[in-house]
Amino acid sequence: MREFDYRRAADAHEAVALLSGEPEARFLGGGTNLVDLMKTGVENPALLVDVRGLPLDRIEVAGDGALTIGATMTNSDLAAHPEVRHRYPALAEAVLAGASGQLRNMATVGGNLLQRTRCGYFTDLSRPCNKREPGSGCSALNGEHHNHAILGWSEHCVATNPSDMAVALAAFDAVVRVLTPEGSAEIPLADFYLPVGDTPHRETALPDGALITGVTLPAAPVAARSRYRKVRERASYAFANGSIAAALHVEDGTVRDVRIAFGAVASRPWRAREAERALIGGPATPEAFAAAADAELAAARPLAHNGYKVPLIRNLVVSTLTELQEAAR
Amino acid sequence: MTTPAAPPRTSATGTPHTRREGRAKVTGEARYTGDIPFAELAHGWLVTSTVARGRIRSVDTDTVLAMPGVLAVLHPGNALRLTPGAGLMGPDANLQLLQDDRVPHVGWPVALVVAETQEQARAGADALVITYDEEPYDTAFRADHPGLRPTAPSPLAMPDVDQGDPDAELAASAVVVDREYTTPEEFHNAMEPHAAMARWENGRLEVVDSNQGSYAVAQVLAALFSLDADTVRVRSEHVGGGFGSKGLRLPHTVLAVMATTILHRPVRVVLTRRQMFSLVGHRPATAQRVRLGADADGRLRVVEHETASPTSTVHEFAEQSTRHSRTLYAADAFRLRTRVVPLDVPTPGFMRAPGWAPGSFAVESAMDELAAEVGVDPIALRLRNEPETGPVSGLPFSSRNLVACLEEGARRFGWADRDPRPGVRRDGRWLLGTGVAAAAHSAGVGASTAAITAEADGTYTVRVTAADIGTGARTALGQIAADALEVSPESVRIRIADSDFGLAWLAGGSMGTASWAWAINEAAVALRKKLADLPGDMADLPPEGVTAHADTTELLAAREQRESHGYGAQFAEVAVDPASGEVRVRRMLGIFAVGRVVNPLTARNQFIGGMTWGLSMALHEEGVRDDASGGLANGDLAGYHVAANADVPLIEADWIDEHDTYNPSGIKGLGEIGIVGGAAAVANAVWHATGVRHRHLPISLERVLSGGRR
Repeated sequence: MREFDYRRAADAHEAVALLSGEPEARFLGGGTNLVDLMKTGVENPALLVDVRGLPLDRIEVAGDGALTIGATMTNSDLAAHPEVRHRYPALAEAVLAGASGQLRNMATVGGNLLQRTRCGYFTDLSRPCNKREPGSGCSALNGEHHNHAILGWSEHCVATNPSDMAVALAAFDAVVRVLTPEGSAEIPLADFYLPVGDTPHRETALPDGALITGVTLPAAPVAARSRYRKVRERASYAFANGSIAAALHVEDGTVRDVRIAFGAVASRPWRAREAERALIGGPATPEAFAAAADAELAAARPLAHNGYKVPLIRNLVVSTLTELQEAAR
Repeated sequence: MTTPAAPPRTSATGTPHTRREGRAKVTGEARYTGDIPFAELAHGWLVTSTVARGRIRSVDTDTVLAMPGVLAVLHPGNALRLTPGAGLMGPDANLQLLQDDRVPHVGWPVALVVAETQEQARAGADALVITYDEEPYDTAFRADHPGLRPTAPSPLAMPDVDQGDPDAELAASAVVVDREYTTPEEFHNAMEPHAAMARWENGRLEVVDSNQGSYAVAQVLAALFSLDADTVRVRSEHVGGGFGSKGLRLPHTVLAVMATTILHRPVRVVLTRRQMFSLVGHRPATAQRVRLGADADGRLRVVEHETASPTSTVHEFAEQSTRHSRTLYAADAFRLRTRVVPLDVPTPGFMRAPGWAPGSFAVESAMDELAAEVGVDPIALRLRNEPETGPVSGLPFSSRNLVACLEEGARRFGWADRDPRPGVRRDGRWLLGTGVAAAAHSAGVGASTAAITAEADGTYTVRVTAADIGTGARTALGQIAADALEVSPESVRIRIADSDFGLAWLAGGSMGTASWAWAINEAAVALRKKLADLPGDMADLPPEGVTAHADTTELLAAREQRESHGYGAQFAEVAVDPASGEVRVRRMLGIFAVGRVVNPLTARNQFIGGMTWGLSMALHEEGVRDDASGGLANGDLAGYHVAANADVPLIEADWIDEHDTYNPSGIKGLGEIGIVGGAAAVANAVWHATGVRHRHLPISLERVLSGGRR
C-alpha cells in the first residue's frame, strides 16, 4: 500500500479546499470500500481527506415533505430513521439488505453512492480491466460474468453498480447535492451515473474535486407503499444477483402511480421507465405486471452466462408488484 | 488384597467438557503462528505466477533489493537445492519450490521476498517484475477430456473394481438409473491462514508452524533439506482450522526454512487468503457417472460408479469418490473407476471427507432417483440394500449401524408423515420438500506413540504429537488419559503438537483421536504397571517422575482386517422460491454411529460444522476457473461464497450408542462424516420441493431458474 497523507476536515468547505488541486486525493467516508481498494492496490491516493466527521449526518424535512439526507449519515442511521421507514420503506429495506451491521455502522450515504463495482477483474491487478486501466480491455466480457450487466453495458465494460441504496434512491427521483470550489450544485440521480460508453472509468457526473453533501428525496406519497426485494446467492453478506425497488398506487384496479428500479443489472441503478409507462393508467394485474417487465427487458442483452437475470428480474417485477397490491387491499 | 472403597469416579469420556484452551482462545491469549513474536524476525512474502503455463524468463531483483528493508529475493536462480522425492504420502513435487523455471499453473510460487517487516516484504513482492515465456494452457476440466486416464498406483488410490458381471446384471435389471453428477472445485478456507516461522538454534532447525501433524511435517522437512530427522523440531501452539489443507502442502513452511537457512535469522512466511486458493490443495471438481441397476422392488443388482477429477501436471491427486460405493449398499456386481485429467491447474488435495463428500452426493442422489423410479420410500430402499459384509471387501463389519441411524433419524425428523410426491407443498412463495441421504466415513487408525509421566506432585503429563486444529483434541485426550489412569481430567496435563514427542498420526482422515487414544491407553497401562512395581507409593516418586511410553505400530499391524466405518443418516428440509431461484434450508438433522463419543460437546460441534459444510457445498461453494487466464475468477472470500450465519438454520446432530472395540479405545472418529451425504440430502429435498432434479452443484439461483441444467 502506498503511504498517504491524512487530513480531517471540519466543514464541507474546508474539505473541498483540502482536496482542491490534489489530483491524487480522495475523500474518505466510512472507508468500507476505499480502504479495501487501497489494500489491493486498485486505489493509490496520496492524500485522504476524512469527511466522516462533517456535520452532515442528519435528515432535514422540508416544508413540502422532501427529505434531505446528509452525506455523512451512516447507512445504519439512515435505515433506522422514522421518516425513511414510514415514507420510503423501500429505501430502509434496501440499505438493510446491503453489507453487514458492522459495515453499515461505518458506511456513509455519500460513500455508498460512490462505491465501486465488485467485478472480480476490477480488483485483480493481474488482469485487464478498462475501468481500472483504461484501454487495457474487459476481462469479464468473455470471462466470468455470471453476475454482470444485462442492460446498458458496452463492450468496454459489463460491470454492475453494487449499491442497494442507490436502487431505491433511483426509484424515488433522488437528487444528489454537491459542493465544488465554485459553489453548490444539484445533480439528479438519473444523470449522476454516466452511461458506460467507451469511458467505463468515468462513473459519475461529479465534477473533479466535488464533495457530495447530501441527497434529496422529493416528496412522493406513492413511496409510502414501497418494497425492496434483493435476490442473492446466500441469505446475507452477498451482493445482489438481481434486485428491485418498487412502489405502487392503485385506485379502483387502475395503476395511478408506480416506481420501479432494478439493481445488479447495469453499471447504474436501472430506473424502469418503460415498465412504469406501460403500467400507468392500466390494470393492476399480474399479466400487466409481466407485460410491463417485458417492455423494460426488451432492451436486455444478456451475456453468455447471465441470461438467468432476465427471468429473475421479470419474476421480481411480477411478485413484488403483486405483493404491494395485495398489501394495499 | 482389598482396597478401601473409593468414591465412585465418574467416567470422563462420554461427559461434556469445555475446551481446555477455550478461555485462552476467547480472551485472545491463545497465540497462532502468525501472532508469536520472535527476536530478529524477518518476514517472507510469496510471489506467485500470473500465467497458467510457461517458463520464467527473468526476475528483476535489483529494483526490489534496493527497496527499504528488503533483505533477499529468493527465486529459482538462487534458491537452495532441495532433495527430490520428499512427501507426506509418497513423493510430492509440489514441495520442490523454486527449483526450476517451469510454471505449472496460475498461483505457483515463483519467488519469496524477505524483508525486515511484513509490509516491506509485501511492497517488495508487489514491485517484483517477473517476465514469462508463456505457453498454451488447458485448464478446462470435463469428463470426456482426451487426457482422461486411470490413476497411477499410490497408497491413496482406491483400485478399480470389477466384481460380478455388471453387464449381465444391468441387462437383467428391471430399473436402471444412469446419471451424471458434477461437483465444482471447492476450497477449505481455514480461518487461520497457513503460517510458519523457521530458525536455526543450537544446531537444530526449529519450526513453529500451523499444521495438522508436526511429526509428519518434521519428517518431510528433514527429507527435503537432507537433514537428520533429530535435527528438526516442528511445533505449533494453536491452529485455526485445517480441514485437510495443513499437512500435505507446505509452501509457507518450506520457504521459511529455505530463507532462514540462507539468511541466518528467523523468517516467517504467512500465506494470503488468495494464495490459499491455489497452494494448499483443494477439492477438485468431479464428474461422476452412476449407474444403478435394480429389481422392480429396488434391490440392487449392480452399482457402477465412475469418477473423474482434474489434477495438476506437478503431482497426481485423484478424488476417491468411489469410496462411498464400496461400503454403503449390497449388490451382485460392482464396476468402480477412478480417473484423472492432468491440467494446468493447482494440485488438488485432501479436503474434509475427501472422496466421501462428492461421492456421497452422486450415489445418494442416484439412490433417491432410484427410489422415485421404483416407487419405494428412500429410507426403505436403503434398508432393502443393507449388506451383511463389506459389499466390495467381503470383510466383516467392525460395527455397522446405518439402519439404526436411518430409523432414529426418520423418527425424530417426522419422516413417516412425508408425502412422497414432489412439488406439492407451498408456504407463500416457497415450495417445501424434505430429503434424506446416508453417510459413511472410514474409521482408520494410524500408528502413534505416546508418553505419560507420573509427576512427583501427583499430576500426570501426557506427551503425544497430536494436533488440535480447533476440534477439541486436547480436551478429548485429557478425558481419555484421565479414564485410562483413573484420575480426574484436571490432574492430567496434555502436551501436543511437538515433533520431539515422536511418531503420531495427523489430525486427518478422522483418525487423529482414534490413533492418539490407543497410544495413550497403552502408555497408561504401561505406566500403571510401572507404578505398581515401584517400591513404596506415589508419594515417593523421583523428582523427574516416572514415564512410560507406548507405540501402537505393532499392535496395529497385528489387527485382523475389518470393514470399519462410521455411518450416519442426514435429513434436510428446504424451501425453494421457483420465481427467484432462492433455496433456503429450513432444518437439518444428522444421526451418526461413530463408536465411542469422547466429548459430546465438541463432537456435536464437529457434526454441526460438517453438516454446515454439506449445506454450503449444496448451495454455495464453487470455484470458478477463468478460461481467459487459467486462474480462479473468485479466489477470495468475497467471490467464493461459503454459507453465512443467515443461511444456516436449525441444525441438529446426535448419535446412537455404539460399541466397537476394533480399536480398543472404542473410537471410530467423527471429524469428517458430518459433511458426507449433506449435499445429497439437500439436493434430494430440492427435488421433493420442486420436482426438479439437481445433479450439478451448487444449486445456484441460476440452476434453479433454468431447471437444473449443468
